Amino acid sequence: MSKEWPLWEIFIRGQHGLSHRHVGSLHAPNAEMAIKNARDVYTRRNEGVSIWVVEANNISASSPSEKGPLYEPSESKIYRHPTFFDIPDEVGHM
Amino acid sequence: MYAQMIKSEASTEDPKQLKEFQAKIDDNIKVEPRDWMPEGYRKTLIRQIGQHAHSEIVGQLPEGNWITRAPTLERKMILLAKVQDEAGHGLYLYAAAETLGVSRDDLTEQLLSGKMKYSSIFNYPTLNWADIGAVGWLVDGAAIMNQVPLQRTSYGPYSRAMIRICKEESFHQRQGYDIMMKMAQGTETQKKMAQDALNRLWYPSLMMFGPSDAESVHSTQNMAWKIKMNTNDELRQKFVDQTVPQAQYLGLTIPDENLTWNEEKGGYDYSDPDWSEFFDVLKGNGPCNVDRLEARNKAWDDGAWVRDGLMAHAEKKRAAKTAAE
Ligand SMILES: [Fe+2]
Ligand SMILES: [Fe+2]
Repeated sequence: MSKEWPLWEIFIRGQHGLSHRHVGSLHAPNAEMAIKNARDVYTRRNEGVSIWVVEANNISASSPSEKGPLYEPSESKIYRHPTFFDIPDEVGHM
Repeated sequence: MYAQMIKSEASTEDPKQLKEFQAKIDDNIKVEPRDWMPEGYRKTLIRQIGQHAHSEIVGQLPEGNWITRAPTLERKMILLAKVQDEAGHGLYLYAAAETLGVSRDDLTEQLLSGKMKYSSIFNYPTLNWADIGAVGWLVDGAAIMNQVPLQRTSYGPYSRAMIRICKEESFHQRQGYDIMMKMAQGTETQKKMAQDALNRLWYPSLMMFGPSDAESVHSTQNMAWKIKMNTNDELRQKFVDQTVPQAQYLGLTIPDENLTWNEEKGGYDYSDPDWSEFFDVLKGNGPCNVDRLEARNKAWDDGAWVRDGLMAHAEKKRAAKTAAE
């Protein structure tokens, strides 16, 4: 059995002005081929103007079990949202 | 369907954890690859998504058969684009299965050895150009029936793959129906070919949904997990109801003497396909089972030197780069 090609995660900028978004993954021997394959697989209907490829094992991710400790601090800080403050109607749009 | 007769695996985990997991699914919160999930859920999904992926790949063969013989350059380009889409569908699904901890090569090997199945429909031949019309119209039509609800499935990567696939799929059905319209409005001979294609592919298309599973424990479990969204009979009924008027428009006859509108249920009554034929095809005795697996094995073996060569080249380049740094 020969060696499997590494897995790449594919990010595509859909339109000028937007950020790259994860669209899926594919196997390829190297970055150059990953981009070519991503072009063929993920932009067959004008879905993109730019492609990023990242080898999957180079991605570090937060762990699902840390969901609590990671995001809880922001949940309690509701004053970070503009709706926390009551502004009188007379003041006009703010 | 593209995944037929998927058996669910029993779960042996802590009942409290299982309950929390089920509550999450009931709340329509997606399960993502690194979240906790029961082993049964993981294994059943690998089987289902894997079988679905294999179907997309093997499904290229009956249509690929006609690319070089399409009647016009435009039809050839359209069919080529359609078959290329199916390769993409296979890829999206393999990638979704891989997030569950199975390797791509592992899945491929299980297809090639016959250990994993693909949809029974692709074991039928495409004998002439009208069959290409009927395949797009009926086979992709049946696939859409099943895939649209699966966009809401509980497993995130599977759901996202289905959303992408559904976006591309309606072109497939329309190009097939377009061929059927041309044939049905053509010469007497062309019309006969269209009718003949419908006659041969109607029951195999109904078989795609699998035998009735209203009583099946596997189906009940898979529906609770939201990796199956409807019973086989529900989807088959929808398919029949949708397809009959389309056949009427073409001036073609569905090959079923018992087909009648049932006012009470608001749908057609229709004849069941011959399920013994279905099980026989699953066992490997369909008209094209041997051909299909041979073709896939040949493609895999013949491509080995390309895969190895590109990998060796990539490794050499990487080593040279590291040395230069
Ligand atoms: Fe497909
Ligand atoms: Fe399709």
